[in-house]
Amino acid sequence: MMQLIWNGLIVGSFYALVALGYSMVYGIIKLLNFAHGDIYMLGAFVGFFTLSAFGISNETSIPLLLVIMLLSMVTTGLIGVGIERIAYRPLRNSPRLAVLITAIGVSFTLEYGVRQLFGPNPEAFPIRLASTGFDVLGMRITASQLVLVVIAAVLMLVLAHIVERTSQGRAMRAIALDPQGAQLMGVNVNRVIATVFFIGSALAGAAGVMAGAYYGSIDFLMGFIIGLKAFTAAVIGGIGNLYGAMLGGLLLGLLESFGAAWFGGEWRDVFSFAFLILFLTFKPTGLLGARVVERM
Amino acid sequence: MSVLEVNEADVYYGRVHALRGLSFAVEEGEIVCLLGNNGAGKSTTMNMLSGLVRPKSGEVRWNGLDLTTAKPWNIVSAGLLHVPEGRRIFSTMTVHENLLLGGYTVRDKRAIQTRLDEVYGLMPRLAERRRQQGGTLSGGEQQMVAIGRALIGGPKLLLLDEPSMGLAPLIVKQVMEIIQQVNAQGTTVLLVEQNARAALKIAHRAYVVETGAVTLSGPAAELAADPRVVEAYLGA
Repeated sequence: MMQLIWNGLIVGSFYALVALGYSMVYGIIKLLNFAHGDIYMLGAFVGFFTLSAFGISNETSIPLLLVIMLLSMVTTGLIGVGIERIAYRPLRNSPRLAVLITAIGVSFTLEYGVRQLFGPNPEAFPIRLASTGFDVLGMRITASQLVLVVIAAVLMLVLAHIVERTSQGRAMRAIALDPQGAQLMGVNVNRVIATVFFIGSALAGAAGVMAGAYYGSIDFLMGFIIGLKAFTAAVIGGIGNLYGAMLGGLLLGLLESFGAAWFGGEWRDVFSFAFLILFLTFKPTGLLGARVVERM
Repeated sequence: MSVLEVNEADVYYGRVHALRGLSFAVEEGEIVCLLGNNGAGKSTTMNMLSGLVRPKSGEVRWNGLDLTTAKPWNIVSAGLLHVPEGRRIFSTMTVHENLLLGGYTVRDKRAIQTRLDEVYGLMPRLAERRRQQGGTLSGGEQQMVAIGRALIGGPKLLLLDEPSMGLAPLIVKQVMEIIQQVNAQGTTVLLVEQNARAALKIAHRAYVVETGAVTLSGPAAELAADPRVVEAYLGA
């Protein structure tokens, strides 16, 4: 029982990290960025590529994991900014469907680009999590799992601080509410949107490295399902709402953990997407989402 | 030399010709009012000045800055602040956060603090409600937030688009008094109003705008007595 909760929290914190980027981008430019899951995949591959280049494999060092994670975050962040600049910004004033289709195109480009570079077969991630740990309340917790969850929590706290307390964060929230009104405050909308893409993509990249170390293997399609899961998490929490994305991610991780234990692992995805459908049908604004207010 | 000069400006929305060779000028320290009915092109003029709408032809200069090409955020940081029609308060943010956003381009944190104190001093109602969400305020309070927010940006030229819209007469009077005080402290004001009576009371000069061009202009007191203005805008 407690073990299920712990496993759910670990997976849930990956979902939450990816869902945050999903939700932030939706909040600020109302785009469902279907390429976001693939940024997570890129994060894992940046880590894989760098470590392989140095001939490292089967490593369990946590400091090394942190360094690689940081490197992946910067790289995926910049890739996210580049994607926004090349693919989304020229369509800023186009119908939303056009941008949505572009996002799907970006997703395929990233997936099959990586397939061309690294091949279609799964690769073993060069850093593993050590299995030394301790038992608490009937849970087997390894030190490295704990590190992952703590890092995820720290990243989320930092993000919450940026959005709630800094001038950049206020500008982000202002653009989400009224882009033109924000321009009248002197907000450089392009720059703030680029920042949001950087942060969202960096968080997904961090989650990608964590997942590589946690699951042990990575492949070019690993971002597809997690993209949909993160979307589900964002919807459960209330898309556009940061705390909603965090809550939704953790809840979805827990739901899956219990669902898989009760109904069998093969029902895991059925279980999550059934929740997506339930929420979209009965509570499309999610748990913490704001009612859509009509402006006069 | 006028601080703000608009010369033969033409603005189109698709095929709609919204401004047709509009020309006017504002001098340092003045309150100038643009009067006109709905659709005359007043808000378009304001949006053109803050860089949200680009003229197809004509000159728009303010303090040596070419407003036909400058980016909206550079216009704001140069000190031209626009209080838009309908206030456009960020509804889920607090009064204080709304005010802080007004200082987005201001790098000097101490200047922001001084101006915050001034704004709270000028509009004590806002100080009482600083932790309240902007969307929960009354129309008059929202208008004060909108003006206060622009003041935090340290405006040299303040554009006010229909500040009296939807407000009770007593509140209109308060808002106009605030505008006068801001002007007395050295800020040039360009005011767009449908409420000509209230606006002409505080303006130094005024222009009447009809279908995208100026049809009448002069000192506010003269215009207030002009039979054409009285009939069309003051309602005898």
